[in-house]
Amino acid sequence: MRSPKSPVLTIDGLIKDVGPLPTLDGKMLRVVSDVSLVAGRGEVTALLGANGAGKTTTIECAQGLQKRTGGSITLLGSDPGTAGAELRARVGVMLQDGGLPPSARPIPLLRHIAGMYRNPRPVDELVQRLGIDSFSRTNVRRLSGGQKQRLALAAALIGNPEVLFLDEPSAGLDPQSRQLVFELIAELRDSGMGIILTTHLMDDAQRLADYVYIIDAGRNVAEGTVAQLLQHNMPEAPHRDHVRTLHFEALPGLDFTGVLAAEIEIRETRSGSYTATGALTPDDLAALTAWWAHHGIMPGSLSMEARSLEDVFLDISGREIR
Amino acid sequence: MTTATGSAPAPLLRRILLQGKYEAATMLRNGEQLILAVVLPLLALIGLTVTPLLDGMGDSRVNVAVPGILALCAMSTAFTGQGIATGFDRRYGVLRFLSTTPLGRAGLIAGKILAVLAVLVIQVVIVAAVALPLGWRPNLLGVLPGLGLLVLGAAAFTALGLLVAGTVRPEATLAITNLLWILLGALGGIVIPMQRLPELAQNTVHLLPSGSLGEGLRDAFLHGAVNGNAVLVLLMWTVLAGAAAIRWFKWN
Repeated sequence: MRSPKSPVLTIDGLIKDVGPLPTLDGKMLRVVSDVSLVAGRGEVTALLGANGAGKTTTIECAQGLQKRTGGSITLLGSDPGTAGAELRARVGVMLQDGGLPPSARPIPLLRHIAGMYRNPRPVDELVQRLGIDSFSRTNVRRLSGGQKQRLALAAALIGNPEVLFLDEPSAGLDPQSRQLVFELIAELRDSGMGIILTTHLMDDAQRLADYVYIIDAGRNVAEGTVAQLLQHNMPEAPHRDHVRTLHFEALPGLDFTGVLAAEIEIRETRSGSYTATGALTPDDLAALTAWWAHHGIMPGSLSMEARSLEDVFLDISGREIR
Repeated sequence: MTTATGSAPAPLLRRILLQGKYEAATMLRNGEQLILAVVLPLLALIGLTVTPLLDGMGDSRVNVAVPGILALCAMSTAFTGQGIATGFDRRYGVLRFLSTTPLGRAGLIAGKILAVLAVLVIQVVIVAAVALPLGWRPNLLGVLPGLGLLVLGAAAFTALGLLVAGTVRPEATLAITNLLWILLGALGGIVIPMQRLPELAQNTVHLLPSGSLGEGLRDAFLHGAVNGNAVLVLLMWTVLAGAAAIRWFKWN
């Protein structure tokens, strides 16, 4: 685990059991078995994982919404499981389901929440910044997913928090809202806020996160900056700079055995759709195109990109559907 | 954006008052809740004063009817109204979100109790404003004990409403609290005094929160008497339901 200059959240060996569950004959289910992480001030820390990996449970324990079974959590120097209003005032939370009353109107709701704090942010400023004025006369119930997310973000920020938790912040956002929210998150990070977010979207983590923890089946499986993670599992690759993913479409059922260097994995992901991942060299490309020429194959499409975080994630947590 | 500086909670009392005000306003804006809290009790009041149902129970129909109507108001707001509102707030994550703000879980519960009391005050004023012109003359000795008992009854029904709201799905809360409102309102010793109920019911309703509140309020407003038995039964329900709600309430 790394040690940021100024940690705001430290989780060490978190365990969380839920239940007893009737589907497990009344037994407890361990949804988090060993998660540790550190999040720093002025940084975006992402918990990346598939649905059901334990990300939300982990941050809900950190928010004091769920009681942990084991391990320790320190949030701004206090234990969130027992801390009171003083700590809650310093922490902003955006829940996955929003948590806003359906019959409320956006601005009275924000004013109400602002009243819970001694020095709230000006409501008008957040309303303007997050474009809430365009739907301020609509009940929460009738808002679109993106409008709800923006309002929930405003509600999380109204108290001027030092730490901000965002559970799946881009869920339901249209591209414009997403741009707006991402810019705001970056700005808040730069102003010194410690931001912890969960996401199952690689793109979110890649665009936002300074540091990423990959969570799978209730435990940490990898961590690092996005750049570090992109090198994951590639220690022996001789040309790190050449880690690429190559996609092409051709006849189904082709056998590429021996065409590329041994450490390059080439798979037929769909019928006639192939993906090669690894430290591809110019020689590999030459060999592949020569092989096509030899067999008279012209690919229907051909593209290449740097290895994505998604590939890393799938390498680590496995490709099978659970 | 301005930069974050010194986040601190508003004082506890202010947070609770704000939440109470917000929840009371939400209840009063909700049409269904208003029907349950004001319209139906007033219809029952008028019904009981124009029909001979309560004849022979006291010096006038309206004097016998009003205490039961006040008990019905308490059940509407504290049990059915607050139960349904809390059940749906739980479904939509509102309880979880508010408990991450400085308000917290305890402040949220305190705000709900405050909202129930605020709406109850409005109900008492409206019922009195309708009943006094109809000839309601409460026993003045019983007014203070009666109002005290009404608050205790509201506490018992709030605890029961939160217990239901926190343990079953909101649709089930809706069904249970509405059904019990009708059953207890009609047969639970609230508006129809125990003596008018079947013999079998007479032996049990004084142990129910509905029967004890109805009988206790009639003893207070009709006779200026304090019904110690009713106080004890309501206290017992408040403690039991409150403890059960604390033990089994699920926040998500």
